[in-house]
Amino acid sequence: MSGLQLETSPTTGDEEITNYTINFGPQHPAAHGVLRMVMELDGEIIERIDPHVGLLHRGTEKLIEYKTYLQALPYFDRLDYCSPLAMEHSYVLAIEKLLNLEVPLRGQYLRVMFAELTRICNHMLNMGSHVMDVGAMTPNLWMFELREDCLNFFERASGARMHSAWFRPGGVHQDVPLKLLTDIADWCDNRLPELFGDAMSLVTDNRIFKQRNVDIAVVSQEDAIAWGFSGPMIRAAGIPWDLRKSQPYDVYDRMEFDIPVGTNSDCYDRFMVRMQEVYQSARIIKQCVAEMPEGPVASTDRKIVPPKRGEMKQSMEALIHHFKLYTEGFHVPAGEVYVATESPKGEFGVYLVSDGSNKPYRCKIRPTAFSHLQAMDFMCKGHMLPDATAILGAIDVVFGECDR
Amino acid sequence: MAAVLHSAPRIASNEGVLDTLTTALGDKVVAGKEEHGEVVLTIARGEIENALRALRDDHAYQQLMEIAGADYPGRAERFEIVYMLLSLTKNHRIMVKVQAAEDTPVPTVTTLWPVAGWLEREVFDMYGVLFEGNTDLRRILTDYGFEGHPFRKDFPLTGYQELRYSEEEGRVVYEPVELAQDFRSFDFMSPWEGAEYILPGDEKASETPAPPPVNEPKTTESAKDTGAGEKADKKAANGTPADPPAEVVSEKGDADAPEPTEDRPDRAPREGGASDTKPATEVDDDK
Repeated sequence: MSGLQLETSPTTGDEEITNYTINFGPQHPAAHGVLRMVMELDGEIIERIDPHVGLLHRGTEKLIEYKTYLQALPYFDRLDYCSPLAMEHSYVLAIEKLLNLEVPLRGQYLRVMFAELTRICNHMLNMGSHVMDVGAMTPNLWMFELREDCLNFFERASGARMHSAWFRPGGVHQDVPLKLLTDIADWCDNRLPELFGDAMSLVTDNRIFKQRNVDIAVVSQEDAIAWGFSGPMIRAAGIPWDLRKSQPYDVYDRMEFDIPVGTNSDCYDRFMVRMQEVYQSARIIKQCVAEMPEGPVASTDRKIVPPKRGEMKQSMEALIHHFKLYTEGFHVPAGEVYVATESPKGEFGVYLVSDGSNKPYRCKIRPTAFSHLQAMDFMCKGHMLPDATAILGAIDVVFGECDR
Repeated sequence: MAAVLHSAPRIASNEGVLDTLTTALGDKVVAGKEEHGEVVLTIARGEIENALRALRDDHAYQQLMEIAGADYPGRAERFEIVYMLLSLTKNHRIMVKVQAAEDTPVPTVTTLWPVAGWLEREVFDMYGVLFEGNTDLRRILTDYGFEGHPFRKDFPLTGYQELRYSEEEGRVVYEPVELAQDFRSFDFMSPWEGAEYILPGDEKASETPAPPPVNEPKTTESAKDTGAGEKADKKAANGTPADPPAEVVSEKGDADAPEPTEDRPDRAPREGGASDTKPATEVDDDK
């Protein structure tokens, strides 16, 4: 055997067993969309994860540069399609900050109320799919019922179930009927706690659910800060950081609500933080309904907000405003702002650069999932392969937003 | 500064922040400004890592939330990289900027925040800005094997390549973009507010019209062009027939009128007053 080395069979001797690499996704029900993860496994233990994102990249930010400020708004619904109104919220606030535009109180109340309804809607989907990823079926179906209710409310307010495009720079597009407000309040009082409580009673103390989630992907407070965590991910680590409370926008400073925090910073805590947030959101919605004043729902600055149709039939000036706003659009003073709001998934930011024209010069969207997904590698390290789905479910990732 | 009317997120006061940070960072700061309620510091490119470390450790900006790129092709160093910092303890945000060109790498900040890894990858992918020291500077959002940096202002919105599933080859194929209609970019800016374009027809106003070509009388070159000649003369001599052409009778004969589908009784006479128009079948005497 001069120089020739025979290949030994991989089954002989333990030292010959090597790590192997598998592909998770891009088409996998637990990938919550199109996520491809290249996993290096040692047996069933995850050694390394390399998430490949961008399979849903549509170039939204570039498209926005070619649209007027108003035309760009519907793109935001299509980012995180599970919580569309929360996406619009950051964008309209960024425009209003550049314009220094005042929003009437009723408009602010409506926005806060529907942003919270969006939060409930989002958490219903996420928590449902999270429990389904770890093996439970029924809660998901029940929570989809609630989600359907939310979508029906959106439809009654805006005409669209999901892609509402209802928040507009200066307020909201249309006022809502009184019956809708009372129906939402009734729903928060009766149906939501009942059905949601039933669903949660199956999950929270469930032994299987706990075995799959407790002490999975524990992240220290230092790590959570360094990895740019936000939303339920950072709150589960015990940091009471909520932009609604610390940097209030619209009428959040008038609302009374608590920020649930976790103690162990594991997947179970993330789930429980979301569960408590649903109740807090319902609290905010009820306060909104109780306190909402009468009045205009959008700014009366006719250089920004188009007039109502009835007005256009009577006034030449209104007709001109309408025409100008829907062709040329409004101009935004040159400058740059970074506005971040507390979306259901975390800090959703919009970095908006204006050059004084009617189109954004640059609109950078800060997705919540980017920093969380990047931490997949260190969160999964040393865990078992099936834990990856629980960790992913607890991140609450939606690829429309992550890939933009 | 005008009163704050908008309802965007309210952070801790910016008062004195700019001065404090500018003095603390010393000559690392190239420029600083406060506009629209945002504190923006521009840092010398080589010093960005040190400046951000100082901001993180000495000024309690613990979190790096975002790195945004922006392209200003008119500038000597065309790219701007904007770091959004957040202080959880001071409840404050600042933006830190550096400028870079295609061939001037920016020091990485993955040494300070692990989250910077993907954020820098994204800026590299979209703009082609290089980050020195980032060990994993792969593309992130674009396709495997993508070429170019799509968010540059000189990259067309429609891109260069499109892909489709080919039935013949049984796989996805890449092809150069073919637009069914030209890319339309509407410019809705007011003509009297800075928009510079020539309206259709305007180009005629500037140029002096050419004199009418009277020196070249328009003539018919040959008889061929007009169709005149012997053949035409002969045909004309025949004249036009006085009678119309005979009717062609088809051998099959005319088809019979279709049978009525059913024997319907006549419509009942109209009740009540007289109608003021005649039925369409009757001859109108008035005309």
